[in-house]
Amino acid sequence: MENKEKKSGEARLMKGNEALAEAAIRADIDAYFGYPITPQSEVIEYLTREVPIRKEIKTVVLQAESEVASINMVYGAAGAGARVMTSSSSPGISLMQEGLSYIASAQLPCLVANVVRGGPGLGTIQPSQGDYFQATKGGGHGDYHLIVLAPASVQEMADFVFDGFKLAEKYRNPVMILSDGALGQMMEKVILPEEGSLPKTSAPWATTGKTKNREHNVITSLFIQPEEMEQVNLRLQEKYEAIQSEVRYEEIQTEDAEILLVAFGLSSRICQKTVDLAREKGIKVGLFRPITVYPYPYARLKELSNQVEFMLTVEMNAGQMVEDVRLAVEGKVPVHFIGRMGGMILSPEDILHKLESVHESQNTVNV
Amino acid sequence: MNEKLYLEDEENLGTQVDENYEQVYCRPDTLTDIPFHYCPGCGHSVVHRVLMEVIAELGIQEETIGIAPVGCSVFAYNYMNIDMQEAAHGRASAVATGVKRVLPDKYVFSYQGDGDLAAIGTAETIHTVNRGENILMLFINNGIYGMTGGQMAPTSLIGQVTSTSPYGRDAAQVGSPIKIADMLCLLPGAYYVTRQIVHNPGGVRKLKKALIKAFEYQKQKKGTCFVEVVSNCPSGWKMTPVETIKYIEEQMLPMYPLGDLKVPKN
Repeated sequence: MENKEKKSGEARLMKGNEALAEAAIRADIDAYFGYPITPQSEVIEYLTREVPIRKEIKTVVLQAESEVASINMVYGAAGAGARVMTSSSSPGISLMQEGLSYIASAQLPCLVANVVRGGPGLGTIQPSQGDYFQATKGGGHGDYHLIVLAPASVQEMADFVFDGFKLAEKYRNPVMILSDGALGQMMEKVILPEEGSLPKTSAPWATTGKTKNREHNVITSLFIQPEEMEQVNLRLQEKYEAIQSEVRYEEIQTEDAEILLVAFGLSSRICQKTVDLAREKGIKVGLFRPITVYPYPYARLKELSNQVEFMLTVEMNAGQMVEDVRLAVEGKVPVHFIGRMGGMILSPEDILHKLESVHESQNTVNV
Repeated sequence: MNEKLYLEDEENLGTQVDENYEQVYCRPDTLTDIPFHYCPGCGHSVVHRVLMEVIAELGIQEETIGIAPVGCSVFAYNYMNIDMQEAAHGRASAVATGVKRVLPDKYVFSYQGDGDLAAIGTAETIHTVNRGENILMLFINNGIYGMTGGQMAPTSLIGQVTSTSPYGRDAAQVGSPIKIADMLCLLPGAYYVTRQIVHNPGGVRKLKKALIKAFEYQKQKKGTCFVEVVSNCPSGWKMTPVETIKYIEEQMLPMYPLGDLKVPKN
């Protein structure tokens, strides 16, 4: 993971949601529009508290009447060339899907943080990874993708704000930070990115008022002629192809791994402990953590399938990313799954137990 | 004016006009050269023209951003030669809020129909006005869903026959027509609320004055200006354009009376 922006050097103890909000201020966002929902309300609380007292900051912070309104305010501000973000949690993100589809189609940059909670429906306020499908496979109507970054620490909650805007502005595409209620709420040491280290990009396409020197700018997602709509879709698909080069992942002790754990976000933190526990027992386990879950690191996973006996995907859902892991390995090795839902969290021992029982049964079959 | 002028009527087409004549009326350059797609007799064309004339006359073409709706006027951005954004159905005032908040010194307007503003976008409408967003909300009320083929709107009249109220709108089943402009007057954020028409020359002139006021108030950052235009839909109403004029005057205006509903104090 590249993190070229300078850090302020000052270590702080912060909640993930607060680190995200502080990073947004330091990323010099022009506007934040949002609506409170647990477990991410600290984001808007932090911004409405901090921005007015820091006089040099001109950021617009507005509590909208709904998530539907907030994402459309994001659309308007992004279309006007502003660096803009919103944040929410699962049910709120569901309400934003209409707007996200429009923003993706109109090719506007923006950042959306989803601090995922247990679902479906109103669900729980505890952490979950149940929004993986929605985040990575579209969510709204039509053929589109978000770029999705999955943090696994409070540090990354802050860092990915900067990475997210860089990617959003490079590709004129909405970027999602796919977090969860635990990362949003837990406190960790964080070294914040330095203010002013993310320069603004020019937006000649933005609706800032037609000048004499150019045609009027129009931000739209309506292309009523099917031939034109197809061309727009083909251009989007070309963009998604280019975005494949942005794949990011982390590997822990994969060099000699005979068994591979695959997990993103909070689950990957738990898996780190499992790797240690397994290694103490002499089982050569490694961990593969996708950082971008769209684009997905299929190629590297495919390579790793050449060296391991099996893979075990660990998620806080019913098995969503496991489909991408299976796609990656193309049936070369067995891919097993362990998960919990509804706000429940796996322990490192749960994962180790599953890993050992799979290991035993595989060996039995082999004999 | 040094440009040579030519007569455009069929009989005298191309005849040069005396050089001493001064051109005092023309198509404003705030309109593109693309012909409107609207049905003959529809009010949208006139409202587009009046709005763009006002922007041209105030000299704010370079400082104005418009938000187009979903509905018959979904292509407004093709005709209006200013920077524009197309919003999802009902969300125009939220999009306008986003634009205005990051560009507070520009002029921003939303152009919305009755389904857009008074049905699917009711929440956005009320809260935008309640925040007193310094924008113009231009509301075209023709009491029907024109683009989708003439279904009932929240503003359809009691007894009005539409494709989804084939026996006439029944208040006991689907409620009564919403007078959204009257409701918005109750909100402190509403600075100027007026209801106008475009089916006769006097009405057009009054609408133009109302729009000029609305842009002037926007410059003063006093709150939301809401201009409703009671308009017609010959196709949706299944009437000739001439019949729609009678219908507006006899049926629509008693429910939606004309004039200023809220004006700035002092």
